[in-house]
Amino acid sequence: MPKEKKLMVNAIKDGTVIDHIPAKHLFKVISILGLDKIKTTITFGTNLESDKLGKKAIIKISEVFFEDQDINKIALITQEAQLNIIKNYEVVEKKPVRIPDFVVGIAKCVNPKCITNNENMLTRFTIVDKKDIALKCEYCEKITDKEHIKILKN
Amino acid sequence: MKNRSLVSINDYSTDNISEILRRTELFEKKPVQKILDGKVVATLFFEPSTRTRLSFESAVNKLGGKVIGFTDSSSSSVSKGESLKDTIKTVANYCDLIVMRHPLEGSAKYASELSKVPIINAGDGANQHPTQTLLDMYSIIKTQGTLQNLNIFLVGDLKYGRTVHSLLMAMSRYNPVFNFISHEKLRIPDEYKMYLNNIGIKYYEHSEFEKIQYADILYMTRVQKERFSDPMEYEKTKDTYILKNDMLNDTKDNLRILHPLPRVTEVDNDVDENRKAYYFDQALNGVFTRQAIISSILDIKPENDTN
Repeated sequence: MPKEKKLMVNAIKDGTVIDHIPAKHLFKVISILGLDKIKTTITFGTNLESDKLGKKAIIKISEVFFEDQDINKIALITQEAQLNIIKNYEVVEKKPVRIPDFVVGIAKCVNPKCITNNENMLTRFTIVDKKDIALKCEYCEKITDKEHIKILKN
Repeated sequence: MKNRSLVSINDYSTDNISEILRRTELFEKKPVQKILDGKVVATLFFEPSTRTRLSFESAVNKLGGKVIGFTDSSSSSVSKGESLKDTIKTVANYCDLIVMRHPLEGSAKYASELSKVPIINAGDGANQHPTQTLLDMYSIIKTQGTLQNLNIFLVGDLKYGRTVHSLLMAMSRYNPVFNFISHEKLRIPDEYKMYLNNIGIKYYEHSEFEKIQYADILYMTRVQKERFSDPMEYEKTKDTYILKNDMLNDTKDNLRILHPLPRVTEVDNDVDENRKAYYFDQALNGVFTRQAIISSILDIKPENDTN
């Protein structure tokens, strides 16, 4: 048993663990947080059994601590995720992700006639509905609802 | 309002709107005053809109300013693939103010973030056209003597009509009653009804021309063919919402008929001679309103302003 547990995902000394990510959203989370550009050690596990989520994913990022505003971007696709801050192998802080008021450069506007879909520029949205997740484009003023949120590639 | 762009009617407070309406009256009294001497205004029309462009250019000319620009993007570097950013960054060096019309929604807002000179949005796709709203408001206050407590009928394409949406939002600040007359496919979107419910403004929806004897303002709009997938339905709809002169018999004395123009068939030609028809005067008001907006944004006082 201990051997099997160790093989799953190694513990980290200092850094951030993002747990309880629904497995299907793992790669979106990676993209939103720009983890593909981080130089330190990162380990992933996905399709792990979870009572709450069915299949969950976990990400452990060594020596990286996120600003709240950065980590909260993932709330657009998953509000279940939980953040653990690790210092010297110990969890020193646990925090849930919180939906931000405003997101820049993360999501795509649903309106094909929006300037953001036609110029090389950042998208900007105000989150007008935090419960059901609805984004209002700062440019064309159209609403992108949860069903239509597409995450932009970094 | 000094050096501030006008992108959306929502950028203007009630005080800002009152100031524009006050200035518009000054320009109506004295339309020719050379207060823009030495100023250059660029009119960048990425899609053609002759009426709007001529109205702006007339306004600048009457104020003694110079106009540069293009009338559609095929005659500019945009057709060579230049980005909006590069066009705006370049043209901002040549002028004191940019008036722009663009087919993409949000383009004017983006331009206002990039430009070192103020931007006036002369229409960004289906989104905003604030100078139209302000000239509509001037036409209302001029003919009714007030913006307060009016019974406003909006007729035609209430679903896609951007002038209707902006006017509704702007007039909501003055305790109106709205009546919406449209085909069921072109009804006012739910988001506007929700907005009116939230702020406690009364409105009624009709599928036929009715109750217009109570109207102070009858705001007519054009129903566009491309809104209907079935051409038969378009033909039927078009004929249902035509305003004819004899329908105006029992209407109020102060009623005025507004239309953003161009008109197709929705206002019959026999209405034109009725003194309640106001749409051509409304177009003239557009020049004064744009003089007011330009002078206000550039922070230049009208000569006859004693304030």
